[in-house]
Amino acid sequence: MTKIFETPLYPYRRSADQDARTPVRHPVVVIGAGPVGMAAAIDLARHDVPVVILDDNDKVSYGSRAICFAKRPLEILDRLGCGEPMVRKGVTWNTGKVFFGDEETYRFNLLPESGHKRPAFINLQQYHFEAYMVQRIRELQEEGRPIEIRGRNAVSALAEHDDHVRLEIDTPEGPYNIEAEWLIACDGAGSSTRRMLGLDFVGKVFEDNFLIADVIMEADFPPERWFWFDPPFNRGQSALLHKQPDNLWRIDFQIGWNIDREEELKEENIRRRLHAMLGEDAKFELEWTSIYTFQCRRMESFRKGRVLFAGDAAHQVSPFGARGANSGLQDTDNLAWKLRLVMEGKAPESLLDSYSSERIHGADENILNSTRSTEFITPKSEISRIFRDAVLDLAREHEFARPLVNSGRLSVPCTYDGSPLNGPDCPELPRRTRPGSPAPDAPIANGWLLDRLGDRFQLLVFAVNAPERLEDGGIEVETIRLDPDASPELRERYLGEADGAVYLMRPDQHVAARWRHFDEAAVIAALRKATGRE
Amino acid sequence: MTSLNTRPNIDGPDDFYAELLALHEGLSKAESDALNARLILILANHIGDRDVLREAMQAAARAGEKPASNG
Repeated sequence: MTKIFETPLYPYRRSADQDARTPVRHPVVVIGAGPVGMAAAIDLARHDVPVVILDDNDKVSYGSRAICFAKRPLEILDRLGCGEPMVRKGVTWNTGKVFFGDEETYRFNLLPESGHKRPAFINLQQYHFEAYMVQRIRELQEEGRPIEIRGRNAVSALAEHDDHVRLEIDTPEGPYNIEAEWLIACDGAGSSTRRMLGLDFVGKVFEDNFLIADVIMEADFPPERWFWFDPPFNRGQSALLHKQPDNLWRIDFQIGWNIDREEELKEENIRRRLHAMLGEDAKFELEWTSIYTFQCRRMESFRKGRVLFAGDAAHQVSPFGARGANSGLQDTDNLAWKLRLVMEGKAPESLLDSYSSERIHGADENILNSTRSTEFITPKSEISRIFRDAVLDLAREHEFARPLVNSGRLSVPCTYDGSPLNGPDCPELPRRTRPGSPAPDAPIANGWLLDRLGDRFQLLVFAVNAPERLEDGGIEVETIRLDPDASPELRERYLGEADGAVYLMRPDQHVAARWRHFDEAAVIAALRKATGRE
Repeated sequence: MTSLNTRPNIDGPDDFYAELLALHEGLSKAESDALNARLILILANHIGDRDVLREAMQAAARAGEKPASNG
């Protein structure tokens, strides 16, 4: 049977642009049809911003790759209209087990907080994820939205101009040129866009290799995340077992720095490792294997003139903690509405600099967390291994040591503390919803809060008087009145002890500013600040 | 804010010191290092206060520095 990732999903087709006499100019071009590029394009096209996606390939991701999608990205996907099929297909898990040597040291439950539509995480192969996004692009095309995806279109040269970027594109039928008013580079950690523009990508290299084996087997392991430190089947190293849909299991083996790659990737050697782990009698089929190394690094700025970088092209983290694809989706969530306002002439170009500064804040947090996990998983000095093992030895009996065990701190969205877009805060209100925070979900009458939020500026009004709508400089603010007692979670997350409140929400469902009472002048001033107009 | 207590605070200092050494008796260097690490973590958790812990770490680091000399 041909696998989904071996079938061309957006095969090459000749575009009229290839026969145009002068290069056709497009408002937005996205390079890279991975999760991040497609999310950026879908977000813009839903608002009728014409967008062309170019990809040097014509298939979804080869192998499962990113497999763990966190709550915040799922909420973003809901806004884009493709969260539901992913959550239905994905494996939801809550229990993690940590093993040290021969024994289970402890287990933890993610204890999902009540009052959220989406689970903390789902596991889903990147190829399924991308296939759902391609499906969403097809739906948008049927609705007549201006979105196009061009397979086997490899960008080979770029030239920057004041009001556009010129692209040279290679295809199976030869090269052609187009122009882009704005270019979004989502072409991964090895971004050729970044290289062609001569931009630095510096950071820390981790001297270690990890072998991934995606194994199809009928196993009665529960849907849990199992992590081994120093297991008998991989002495001195670590290993991970994680369930994916379709009886597929992700197994990672840490294998050290000085290895013979070719030798390690031989099927008989991988099978030997797997039998040592799963038992001599285990029956399984290998779907995909790979060896990866990683770095933690980011660009100085995610914007260079008319080129915007998102996802791994802009920042790269270790895979521990699922912060790669997850943070890339948060990049486009941040970028799409800003770019739209700039293109509509409602906000100055400088608003795009806040994309860079806010997402650098997120990238630094992700790099910090994933670097710490890496140090714990692969101690680089004798003393760091001594402390690591001491923590694991203590964790078996002593609860206090368990929070110190770091096998990956799972991705949570950052709060844009200190962002130039943040307006006034009201300290009486709960800290978790301070300006810069992603809005936490909560049950409301007939549904979920986050299903009501996003895509435009909104005023959440809890038990105070406010007009139906506001407008400033062509930017509208929609008022949403909420009953503070619609659910205990809503009250706890947005009001705390206060009787009423007003929140100005950004189109990416982040809090811009908040007050105890409504004051029109204050709301307009905060709206101007949040759109870079002051 | 509490600060690190660096005045004598242990009742029976000689007994305590002997107990600490007895704990390591017969252990290899690697076993002793591991034991010390576990002990540090247990004590650190008991203290809990991040400011006190930071002061303790700095005091320990300072005491190991070579005194400045002119020659």
